[in-house]
Amino acid sequence: MSWTWFHRLGSPPSFFRFAERWAPWLMALALLLIVGGCGAGLFYAPKDYQQGDAFRIIYVHVPAAAISLSIYVLMAVAGAVALIWRMKLAEAAVVSAAPIGASFTVVALLTGMLWGKPMWGAYWVWDARLTSELVLLFLYLGVIALNSAFVDARAAARACAWLALVGVVNVPIVKFSVDWWNSLHQTSTIMKLGKPTISGDMLWPLLMSLAGFYLLFGAALLRRMQNQLLWRERNTRWLQDWLKGAA
Amino acid sequence: MSLGHALWATLVRELRLAARAPGEVAQPLVFYTLVAAIFPLGVTANEPSLALYAPAIVWVAALLANLMTLERVFRSDFDDGSLEQLALANAPLSLIVAIKLLAHWLISGLPLALLAWPLGLGLGLNAEAAKVLGLGLLLGTPTLVLLGGFAAALTVGLPRAGVLLPILVLPMLAPVLIFGAGAVRAAAEGLDPAGPLYFLAALLALSVTLVPFAAAAALRNALEA
Repeated sequence: MSWTWFHRLGSPPSFFRFAERWAPWLMALALLLIVGGCGAGLFYAPKDYQQGDAFRIIYVHVPAAAISLSIYVLMAVAGAVALIWRMKLAEAAVVSAAPIGASFTVVALLTGMLWGKPMWGAYWVWDARLTSELVLLFLYLGVIALNSAFVDARAAARACAWLALVGVVNVPIVKFSVDWWNSLHQTSTIMKLGKPTISGDMLWPLLMSLAGFYLLFGAALLRRMQNQLLWRERNTRWLQDWLKGAA
Repeated sequence: MSLGHALWATLVRELRLAARAPGEVAQPLVFYTLVAAIFPLGVTANEPSLALYAPAIVWVAALLANLMTLERVFRSDFDDGSLEQLALANAPLSLIVAIKLLAHWLISGLPLALLAWPLGLGLGLNAEAAKVLGLGLLLGTPTLVLLGGFAAALTVGLPRAGVLLPILVLPMLAPVLIFGAGAVRAAAEGLDPAGPLYFLAALLALSVTLVPFAAAAALRNALEA
């Protein structure tokens, strides 16, 4: 099998065309999985014996919360690639991932609040997971603010890459310190070693929705990176040609 | 000039610059004391529950006072071009940054820690808890200065750095606040505060070893831009 397609993705023109081709497919598949997962979660999955129907928000809350953390890690990995090999596309990935990550974090926080009201009797409690998710939101906002403060796009992306790298070392420390501080949140039910404590009928719609959220992130990232390239490469020949062809 | 001489010269230069502008050094300390002193005005006079909030008040005041001073760590050197000379020097930039941050801690971090003890007593902490508060700040302020110095290095060339710094720094400093204030709470309740203090020391060890490199790279990025 030839790996040249992979190397070619490192060049902005090929990546741009690749994203143009694949983003709509990713988006369609993501919508299919999310509609399917959430639909099955709402109508097919059995009621929880303790939480009744209120638990069904899990099909949005858990995928959003899981992906909000994954995006931060992805941003740091892209940041390391950008700093070590000075790859333009990795730089674009760092600054494109931050706003998407912030959005998923907000979704996770809001759905968590809606879930918290019937379960704990309050929209917000200073619980360990809520607090660390809130800190994560501020870490994302820091990256976004830092990126917008620079005029030069490349210097901005490299500064964001350093911030993301220091942040990714910090995230587990924040998580740990906040856990130490206090905890009230129910413990994880899927990622336990051995048999999961969630019923199978509840689990598969969740996994479907989770996969859908990841694909949605992939599609959003490709589109945002295309936007980055449109701005960064605005003076290049290939982009001018492409724009003429697309018009 | 050997490496040791270069680093010593950097330290002496920083301290001398601070000594020539004593007002600039004193203002954040006045601010710190003022923030801690103005909190009691918001509650009933001699309210005993003030002692409950004393660790949070002193720690948050220290965070804010530290933020005030951060911008000037690299800014004046960047403006007059001496930062570029330091970046071109034979000595590794990461070591120079570490020395500059050490000087900055001596000037604006250490006094915060020393003032914490009387401030804690004034807010109604018992003698043991006030001692732990001071000890916690002694271990925590170098971490504040290091992570703050990293953020200051990232934003050194930017016009709106003053607004940006708190957004970058405060979320990263949440663990320091949690362990610092947690140690005092433990001591006030008669428990052993050693655990959280060890965590503060661990955070300090981690940031001393890693942050100077990141800060030096961030400075080079700012100089290139």
